[in-house]
Amino acid sequence: MNPNRDAWTDRLSEYVDGELDPADRAALDVHLQLCEGCAGTVEELRAVLQRAGALEPDAPGTDLWPAIEARIAAPRRARVFDLRGRREREALRASGPGAWQPRRWSFTLPQLAAAAALLVVLSSATMWAVLSRRPAAGPPPTGPSAAAPVAATVLPAGFEAARYDAAIADLERVLRERRSTLDPATVRVIEQNLLIIDQATAEARKALAADPANSYLNGHLAAQLMRKLTLLRQATAIVAIHG
Amino acid sequence: MAPVASDLQDAALAAAGDTRAFERLYRAHVARIHGLVRRMLGSDEATEVTQDVFVRAWQKIGSFRGEAAFGTWLHRVAVNVVLTRRAQLGTRRSRFIGEEQVLENLPARPGGRDFSLDFESAIARLPEGARHIFVLHDVEGYRHEEIAGLLGVTSGTTKAQLHRARMLLRRHLGPGR
Repeated sequence: MNPNRDAWTDRLSEYVDGELDPADRAALDVHLQLCEGCAGTVEELRAVLQRAGALEPDAPGTDLWPAIEARIAAPRRARVFDLRGRREREALRASGPGAWQPRRWSFTLPQLAAAAALLVVLSSATMWAVLSRRPAAGPPPTGPSAAAPVAATVLPAGFEAARYDAAIADLERVLRERRSTLDPATVRVIEQNLLIIDQATAEARKALAADPANSYLNGHLAAQLMRKLTLLRQATAIVAIHG
Repeated sequence: MAPVASDLQDAALAAAGDTRAFERLYRAHVARIHGLVRRMLGSDEATEVTQDVFVRAWQKIGSFRGEAAFGTWLHRVAVNVVLTRRAQLGTRRSRFIGEEQVLENLPARPGGRDFSLDFESAIARLPEGARHIFVLHDVEGYRHEEIAGLLGVTSGTTKAQLHRARMLLRRHLGPGR
């Protein structure tokens, strides 16, 4: 055994980190008054900690971005869809080998994202228009809130989530049956977004279980379901174009 | 760490396929990630594994929720990539390098002012297990429980290894400590 070590030596890091229980800490405080070796070690351990905390970030010697870009660009760049009608394609196929060459349209993900954003805006506007035309159950709204745009997305308490659920279930079934016709990267993007929406929906449902009459929560749930509906419509539209 | 607005915006754009936004994230965070990788795995692996980290982050960026800072999320991705690489390298390395490469066998700084290694080099020559735990705990700020979960060991083990690393490094603090 190292003659410079004692029963406390292996616990000095815990002491420095403040992880000893109060009784051990008090005992070690006393020991440090008496043991010059342990007191010196504690100071050195603190210096190590200080040095470690002061280490700087360390940029690589060369720019790694070109190599990273080359690795990430290829698999996600192009999504290829044949935008002709099925009859046209079948007629071309029937006319003989070599006659049919798929007309290939490429969409980058930013283009798809822009299209998705446009769809969300259009869907939201449509939903707003539909909701605005619905006959009010109570007296017409008055005061400043009547003109507030946000009122269009905050549905009355107890809105019928089941209507959305049924439409979503239909679209999910279509997507499930036809997903093999889509580019796997597109499927991955769609599924990631669906997952995010599902999590938000689950949180909204959980909150509503505790407060079913809350108008804000109902509106929030409706907004999430509408987002999902929009995304599924977009996905099934792509499936229809592609298939 | 609070979410950084520009990072959140760039992460959302990157999730939609915008490589320019992802490049901005790369440039903002590469130094910290490279530092982590180099200290964990050594200089030979640092360049390649840093690239792997960013490629992995690009693949997984759709799972970034924006609830924490992007840097925190990216750091977690990096640690997972590093630990996977560590497992792959483990067998190969053990054939060439004994566990004690190692700091214990090197002369400590004599007399106080002279020293045998600078602090970074001393970290690089820590025994592998102790080095990983030292970097994660003392440099990167992970807690023992988190490290134990990442490495699949007990927090008692991580505490013992951390203490071992510090006891070795204290001999190589160099001047002006």
